[in-house]
Amino acid sequence: MLHATLKQLSDGLTSGKFSSVEVTQYFIKRINDLNKSLNCFISVDAERSLAQARAADALRAAGNAQRLTGVPLAQKDIFCARGWLTTCGSKMLSNFVSPYDAHVIERFNAAGAVNLGKTNMDEFAMGSSNETSFYGPVRNPWDRERVPGGSSGGSAAAVAARLAPAATGTDTGGSIRQPAALTGICGLKPTYGLVSRYGMIAFASSLDQGGPMARTAEDLGLMLNVMAGFDTRDSTSLQRDTEDYNRDLTKPLAGLRVGLPKEFFAAGASADVIKAVEGAVAEYRKLGGEIVDVSLPNMALSVPVYYVLAPAEASSNLSRFDGVRYGYRTSDYGNLAEMYEKTRAEGFGAEVKRRILIGAYVLSHGYYDAYYIRAQKLRRLIAQDFVEAFKTCDVIMGPTSPSTAFKIGEKSGDPVQMYLSDIYTIAVNLAGLPGMSIPCGFDSGGLPVGLQIIGNYFSEARMLNVAHQYQLATDWHVKMPPGCEAFKS
Amino acid sequence: MALTLDDVKRVAHLARIAITDEEAQSTQSQLAGIFKLIGEMEAVDVSTIAPMSHAQDVVQRLREDRVTEPSDPEHRQRFQAVAPQTEAGLYLVPRVIE
Repeated sequence: MLHATLKQLSDGLTSGKFSSVEVTQYFIKRINDLNKSLNCFISVDAERSLAQARAADALRAAGNAQRLTGVPLAQKDIFCARGWLTTCGSKMLSNFVSPYDAHVIERFNAAGAVNLGKTNMDEFAMGSSNETSFYGPVRNPWDRERVPGGSSGGSAAAVAARLAPAATGTDTGGSIRQPAALTGICGLKPTYGLVSRYGMIAFASSLDQGGPMARTAEDLGLMLNVMAGFDTRDSTSLQRDTEDYNRDLTKPLAGLRVGLPKEFFAAGASADVIKAVEGAVAEYRKLGGEIVDVSLPNMALSVPVYYVLAPAEASSNLSRFDGVRYGYRTSDYGNLAEMYEKTRAEGFGAEVKRRILIGAYVLSHGYYDAYYIRAQKLRRLIAQDFVEAFKTCDVIMGPTSPSTAFKIGEKSGDPVQMYLSDIYTIAVNLAGLPGMSIPCGFDSGGLPVGLQIIGNYFSEARMLNVAHQYQLATDWHVKMPPGCEAFKS
Repeated sequence: MALTLDDVKRVAHLARIAITDEEAQSTQSQLAGIFKLIGEMEAVDVSTIAPMSHAQDVVQRLREDRVTEPSDPEHRQRFQAVAPQTEAGLYLVPRVIE
């Protein structure tokens, strides 16, 4: 079971090789043994998981199993799950047991999947290293002195260390793709609007998008088939026909036009990262791909634009945390204003407060046009660059992250350095495009490198095909971090 | 447009976050670095570009204006169970009107 993919677990459950209870118990045992040293999970509730597993086995016995019935999945702690502590990595929600399910959780419940637990994350998904979590940093299974990336770092580390066969994540500026790259797994951020944001605690609503994290492209597709779908409770949810995202997996890649933006390969990325990505591009050439030079001239602007728009939306979204209806409330206050101010000062961590202040400033009187409107105009320029590029290519490839996993503490004192680690991923969110990361090699220190694949709107099936064909020809995605094989006890 | 210490205190008040003088000072220096990065936006002439507020240029979907949540006491109880302070189905806050 250790190396089984979601697909293999599903097949094993179908053939009766093992039960959902057995699979769930196996992963709960792995979590119990390894989570102390990795800190991937904020909440684990074995009884609740096993109850779901028993229900899944009963469903199967009655002949009502679906593809993911009985498979255990880890859920990022940003998704509200009824009866589960749902903290979003924050002290502000450290006592919040959700009274309702997010759309994504409803979908997995309806599919009969088992919730293995809630994974650690940067506070309110604001971070690229998991160091801003109220629950302490997640450790990268490849080197425990290093970060797993963020903000979906707990999900990424859990999948990499085989504490869960797959997990959910969310991506506002790279929070699925960058941790996937830094931990050697696969992650997909779908086209904006494909996965409902209902019950997914909001950070920057025009950019936030949930998506799957797993070890193979095929598993990503199995999860996306459940996660994607129209939902009236998210006003930006898109109404589209249901599709099987794995329908094109086996198609050959002959004639695939791979666009390489020169901006992705200019100064900035480490030599080891570039080398691994170039190796992947060479592999695609062997698979029949045709390389096309493209340009995204405004890409460098994506980081400054993002750090106006995302904090502006965050300052508005996070105003709901006031100590009145849910969550933390300060213990010592006189009047209402003091209650608000102390609750928020004590309940939010430093990075979250920083972003709320940036947002409040750029939206304040006299600065709105200079910052917010200007950023929205540049967002259009950045999106148009992609429209131009996709006139001559089918997918765009480049590095996911400019470096491999950095040391815990290395960038936490310098927000700007931290922000720049998302230089290759942010533009994709601004444009609303789908993007993914798959493992494509290692640096000289043995740390995984991620290849980013960016597709045109709604081309997830094509992207999964592109990733799957690469994974048939290479074995980077099956490598496991050292020291995760055996149980410690 | 460098942020002054007063700017930091003003936005902290706007955001309803208590901030000490010491915190305001360290925040000011961190925000200075971030706003230097944000300042790179000024290099481009944006006079002819329309703002983009949404990734897909879709129209905001509206729904019928009616209550969709159940209004029974049990439902209310479930949602108020996570509130810091409630009484008789109401949320309690410090007195606002004397």
